[in-house]
Amino acid sequence: MHMIRDIIFGLWESSGLAGIADPRQIIMILISCFLLYLGIKKKFEPLLLVGIAFGMLLTNLPMSGLYHPEFWSLAEVNYSDVFHSGGLLDFLYIGVKTGIYPSLIFLGVGAMTDFGPMLSNPKSLLLGAAAQLGIYCALILAIVLGFPGNVAAAIAIIGGADGPTAIYVTKILAPEYLGPIAIAAYSYMALIPLIQPPIMRALTTQKEREIKMDQLREVSKLEKIIFPIAVTIFTVLILPSVAPLIGCLMLGNLFRECGVTDRLSDTAQNALMNIVTIFLGVSVGATAIYSRFLSLDTIKIIFIGLFAFSFSTVGGLLFGKLMCRLSKGKINPLIGSAGVSAVPMAARVSQIEGQKANPSNFLLMHAMGPNVAGVIGSAVAAGFLLYIYG
Amino acid sequence: MVEYSIWETILLSVLGIIAVFIVLAVLMLFIKVITFVSRVAGGKEKPATPAASDKLAAYAKGSCGDVKLHNVPDKDAAMIMAIVADKLKTPLNELRFISIKMIGE
Repeated sequence: MHMIRDIIFGLWESSGLAGIADPRQIIMILISCFLLYLGIKKKFEPLLLVGIAFGMLLTNLPMSGLYHPEFWSLAEVNYSDVFHSGGLLDFLYIGVKTGIYPSLIFLGVGAMTDFGPMLSNPKSLLLGAAAQLGIYCALILAIVLGFPGNVAAAIAIIGGADGPTAIYVTKILAPEYLGPIAIAAYSYMALIPLIQPPIMRALTTQKEREIKMDQLREVSKLEKIIFPIAVTIFTVLILPSVAPLIGCLMLGNLFRECGVTDRLSDTAQNALMNIVTIFLGVSVGATAIYSRFLSLDTIKIIFIGLFAFSFSTVGGLLFGKLMCRLSKGKINPLIGSAGVSAVPMAARVSQIEGQKANPSNFLLMHAMGPNVAGVIGSAVAAGFLLYIYG
Repeated sequence: MVEYSIWETILLSVLGIIAVFIVLAVLMLFIKVITFVSRVAGGKEKPATPAASDKLAAYAKGSCGDVKLHNVPDKDAAMIMAIVADKLKTPLNELRFISIKMIGE
């Protein structure tokens, strides 16, 4: 009888149920289930959010031993501890800590991106620059709300609407905030069709939204091949800190455009991208452990993220209006809001709003220019912040 | 690590957005140079100016281009083109009429 009691007692003690020491763990499990619902049912950036939410779920289940935040909170990570007693998610997290995953994601993004619309209308790069306004407005707000400079810079990069860049900057400047920042960045990217249209309608007139733009010129293959090589040389010479991101983005694009590496381009776009997305999502989610995630700071980050997205949209639209004036009404200012990266969602929103104002309006290709320029713009802004606070 | 005051952060932010503008503006000029270089280097592959044979091929698909009418009503021109196509036993869209001129009444 004693033996059976001991076995049952032992089973209970070794179970995760007995390991629930803090009610916040249960709250985190519920939050991760809610994020899974948003990803699966509402299709909010599901490719990443499902992985992030599941990583969050795994890390908050007691006694799973998959992730040890104490290994990663040291100024100098002791990798021998990680290899001796680390869990599965600790091993996967090495890719985040070393910045490998965001760079590989950029390799895939580069292989999937057609820079043609931007090359045919280089002025769209300026719209991509203007739409980084939210990053700097958010930086000021985060400082006002009491965050230290490095954390404020990591939070501010949410305004670039570029997940890999946000993760890359955060893991360098404020790794302890990786979970909330990544979740805020990807959630708001999914909410772009809800966040941007009211701002677009408020800042533009019906007449401006109706503007039809001239057809873009075709871009030669030679231009498309020279572009990634030239951008890499130029940008990395100016901002070496973004070399991993810009280098991988442009390498992926060169695979796509050069015409002799179709197999590599295909791998970067599909197999590699999918593998890295799984690893990145799960390991970033794992950092959202209850003791760190459930705090006032997370609420502040979510608020600042929304502010950053909105101001990036405002920056792009206002510059779009300026370009509309200067071009004597040839540029539809709606394409300015696509300057926030979030490829191609932001460009689609410009197309939809343009077509609502004028059903014969086709802005998608025009908006793709600022949209891909935004990817470069947010990487440049990240380089600046890394230089200042890194 | 240096901590900046709010005013310094505002200044840094202004500097930051200017830096992004400068880098992307220079990149814009860079693209213009690339476009120019590629036009000079690969003039033959310029997509905007198709070769003459391409032009003819394009006309043959659905249109025979513009025909100049000299003192000929549209209706008569259409009839003449239809008769020529019939006599040549060639579809009208594969013929190219450059001009039709009235010689005398």
